[in-house]
Amino acid sequence: MKPFRYARPGGVAEAVRSGAEQPGSRFLAGGTNLVDLMKLGVERPDLVVDVGGLGLDEIVVDSGGGLRIGANVRNSDLAVHPAVRRELPMLSQALLSGASGQLRNQATAAGNLLQRTRCVYFQDVSKPCNKREPGSGCPARQGDHRNLAVLGGSAACIATHPSDFAVALAAADAEVAVTGPAGERTLRLDELYLLPGEHPERETSLAPGDLITAIVVPPLPFGTTSAYRKVRDRASYAFAVASVAAAIDVTDGVVRDVRIALGAVAPKPWRAHRAEDALRGLEPTASAFRAAVEAELSVAEPLPDNAFKLPLTANVVVSVLSDLTGASR
Amino acid sequence: MTAITTRAVGSSPTRIEGTAKVTGAARYSTEQDHLGDVAYLWPVPATIAKGRVEAVDSDAVAGLPGVLAVLTPDNAPRLETPDDAELAVLQDHEVSYRGQFVAAVVATSLETAREAAASLHITYAEVPHDSELTENHPKLSKPEKVNPAFPTDTEDGDVDAALAAAAVTVDATYRTPPVHNNPMEPHASLAVWLGHELTLYDSLQGAFAAQQALAKLFALPPASVHVINEHVGGGFGSKGTVRLGAVLAAMAAREVGRPVKVVLGRQHMFTVVGYRTPTIQRVRLGADADGQLTAIEHAAIEQTSTVLEFAEQTTVATRIMYAAGSRRTSHRLAALDVPTPRWMRAPGECPGMFALESAMDELAVATGVDPVEIRIRNEPDVEPESGKPFSSRNLVACLREGAERFGWAARDPRPGVRRDGRWLVGTGVAASTYPSYVGPSTASAAAEPGGGFVVRISAADIGTGARTVLTQIAADALRVRVEEVRVEIGDSSFGQAALAGGSMGTASWGWAVTRAGERLRAALDEHGGDGRLEVHVDTAEEVKARTGFAYHAFGAQYAEARVDLDTGEVRVPRLLGVFGVGRIVNPRTARSQLIGGMTMGLSMALHEEGVLDPAFGDYVNHDFAGYHVAAAADVADIDAVWVDEQDEHVNPLGVKGIGEIGIVGTAAAVANAVFHATGVRVRDLPIRLDKLLGGLPG
Ligand SMILES: Cc1cc2nc3c(=O)[nH]c(=O)nc-3n(C[C@H](O)[C@H](O)[C@H](O)COP(=O)(O)OP(=O)(O)OC[C@H]3O[C@@H](n4cnc5c(N)ncnc54)[C@H](O)[C@@H]3O)c2cc1C
Ligand code: SF4
Repeated sequence: MKPFRYARPGGVAEAVRSGAEQPGSRFLAGGTNLVDLMKLGVERPDLVVDVGGLGLDEIVVDSGGGLRIGANVRNSDLAVHPAVRRELPMLSQALLSGASGQLRNQATAAGNLLQRTRCVYFQDVSKPCNKREPGSGCPARQGDHRNLAVLGGSAACIATHPSDFAVALAAADAEVAVTGPAGERTLRLDELYLLPGEHPERETSLAPGDLITAIVVPPLPFGTTSAYRKVRDRASYAFAVASVAAAIDVTDGVVRDVRIALGAVAPKPWRAHRAEDALRGLEPTASAFRAAVEAELSVAEPLPDNAFKLPLTANVVVSVLSDLTGASR
Repeated sequence: MTAITTRAVGSSPTRIEGTAKVTGAARYSTEQDHLGDVAYLWPVPATIAKGRVEAVDSDAVAGLPGVLAVLTPDNAPRLETPDDAELAVLQDHEVSYRGQFVAAVVATSLETAREAAASLHITYAEVPHDSELTENHPKLSKPEKVNPAFPTDTEDGDVDAALAAAAVTVDATYRTPPVHNNPMEPHASLAVWLGHELTLYDSLQGAFAAQQALAKLFALPPASVHVINEHVGGGFGSKGTVRLGAVLAAMAAREVGRPVKVVLGRQHMFTVVGYRTPTIQRVRLGADADGQLTAIEHAAIEQTSTVLEFAEQTTVATRIMYAAGSRRTSHRLAALDVPTPRWMRAPGECPGMFALESAMDELAVATGVDPVEIRIRNEPDVEPESGKPFSSRNLVACLREGAERFGWAARDPRPGVRRDGRWLVGTGVAASTYPSYVGPSTASAAAEPGGGFVVRISAADIGTGARTVLTQIAADALRVRVEEVRVEIGDSSFGQAALAGGSMGTASWGWAVTRAGERLRAALDEHGGDGRLEVHVDTAEEVKARTGFAYHAFGAQYAEARVDLDTGEVRVPRLLGVFGVGRIVNPRTARSQLIGGMTMGLSMALHEEGVLDPAFGDYVNHDFAGYHVAAAADVADIDAVWVDEQDEHVNPLGVKGIGEIGIVGTAAAVANAVFHATGVRVRDLPIRLDKLLGGLPG
């Protein structure tokens, strides 16, 4: 591991200042991703700013049922919070489907959102990777891409975002509260995550020193009718090969509103706006669900070894929405 | 001391060192706190798959604070030529596979060694490589023998004529991927020199063989090398012989004049410790309409490296399993630019029986004969190829007992028709087998001055419970209670002994311990009292005299599989193994070996695959997030039982090895259950959802 300086700031302003002053600094939260990557030489910060002492570990429930989740709230605490389980089951289910008990005890909410891709080439510094070393190439396209993106990728990079939690947050229209050198702002998840385009090394719109302080989840009245389903290669402790977070409101026999986000198919949690638009106003039937998700996936660009993600994702969307609405299949 | 008549063999004492292990008091190889001043070595893997090291720019890192030495092909001490070419580490500039160690940094801390190793600049002359095994690879050739010394090909009767005349035939090609040895404790070595005497603390399956190999490499008399492997965190064959970490540790410790520790990183485990070769296996079966076999052909294609030839004995189980009028088996091997494959739990039987037992299921489907019944119908009277009688063979009893316990009788043979909610449900069966090897061993037994007995043997307890069962065996031979016996193992100075491999530990060491105990008991009875008696035994002559029978263990495995209709996800809620494995010395540790093997078989069936990227020539998913092994949640109701089996020919204790048979047949049982559930026959492991998704009933 490259030698680095370690700072433990006493407050948010100091943390932001430390982070902004030193290019290539990293905030350290639970460390379950950052420290692994430092050992592998993928992350080589000169300064590690430990945000563990900043508090930011409360969950505040507002009167409308919205949530403000402190950046440092542990994944395990968040998953079992009564309001989360009641108002947004998909959020709790997504968290509990991730990693292992030990990791969830250590991992934080903000850290989870900013974890890096599991693309094997990204994690191996002896190999080229455009994300890690811009311009060096993307061996995944010809090589191991079974778990990489079918949507939103680019010629430069087809990495997937590995978080389960972020998928459920995307479906819930969550935002992150950020404090940066220029002050405070909020970003929708859509604005936080960038698609790779020609610059896969830029994954988020955060600048040096930008600290996520909280995740804000607006009230979602039909969030109680929501679910997260994750498909994986073993029964537990595996990243998703496909996942779906969905919430649906059926009133008077028609879909009044619906939220669908897809995981493990794109460089960011993939909000399925097309599918949502297609469904609003329709009767909730399996065939309507299938037509909607197929419309969403029609823009996909699969590769030989990840093409199976298309029928898989379609099946899971149909299955989750059917279960939520009681539609027969 | 009181002579007793109750026997310890057959009872279930808990592991003798269990408390020490769970409290951390037990010291594994590199945890030798009594040694001060330890230095750390981190190896540098090649980043090309074939070519030469042109230059290593050591200067930039040699001056870093804490760096003690940089070992390169240019400056590494010269070794004698080893029998195992993998051990000639840093002896030349050739790169034969990606990940091969081409340099190493020794430093005062692990972090420094690792960082310096990462920044070491190496220039290569790269040449094109070829790392991908294919069915018609031009480099395929016939090895002289297959591991360890089986004939490469065998032929018995006219297979082609029998196939042409057969009422029913099966002709299918099965594939198993590279799978990687990953014991919990990675390979770990700690070398200390005192003058010209080398002590090596290492995580090995056999200290004595390691001592001999190291003595040869470093041109020392064997007595100047002392190897200690008191506790070992798993091996599976990958620690069967001394490995290059030990050589690096010994080399570096002499260079820097301090003890040196080498603990491999998880990523290294996917290249330098030996993995199971991928296989491409064609099986052709011919049978009459009732499923009676008339022909069996089993042809395996596999790989080795260009460093050394390791030819897995993939089709040997086919030579002994079923009666058939004709039979042909063969192995073809391609030496590719890949890491060297070696032993992994049940080399040969494990991949080979996946193919054979899948094909038997396909034959059952083709003939309409029940899969249990078809195996019973093809039960041979004698070992098919050799004509020798079996010392004991209880495959049929295992199949029947398993069918009874598993509730097989009511099984509807139609595939793809049972549903439970969104799950498709099916069941499958497969046979297991493993040879009952035995190797010569020496042991000593002594009456201790203060009372009690000590038995010493260079055995290794790789987590199996060997220390405990040897204590039971020794107590019976001495006719005393187990509490009166201390068994010391894991030390090359105790003399030659078989290694903890080939499932022969208990049979081989138990034999020697029995003889040592009996001899001491006789001497004590003769001389009376509790004098300072010590006896030494060597079973070489006796072991050599074991002949005349075919010695194998058999078993049957039953699996239930559930496959998610939406996703193709596979779960195995039930797995039952029934084994005929001779006398069981300790039911507790035996069950744990058997279900451990079955778990690893399940893992092979559903998860494990080293993913080769031919462009780089290595296995790219080289960590536990990328390379899946079965997690606790994948293993549901799993059980192993055994039938009563008395075998007076196999060895004096009547025991057969149980370390490996559990992994043999499991993958076929699961694949057969998946077929029964879905109607989809997966012939290439692992059975992942993407291979099922397209074929599931709508
Ligand atoms: C074996 C394994 C399996 C896993 N399986 C899954 C899985 O199935 N599903 C899943 O979703 N995840 C999985 N994970 C990933 C795990 O969820 C993440 O590692 C974890 O959530 C990261 O949180 P952390 O607090 O440890 O982050 P850290 O490792 O501390 O940080 C991660 C990143 O976030 C940045 N960061 C942290 N806090 C802030 C902040 N407040 N503001 C700005 N930047 C910040 C850090 O600088 C760093 O770049 C797995 C991890 C492992 C090791
Ligand atoms: S997909 Fe992206 S992360 Fe993976 S190798 Fe290509 S550029 Fe790197």
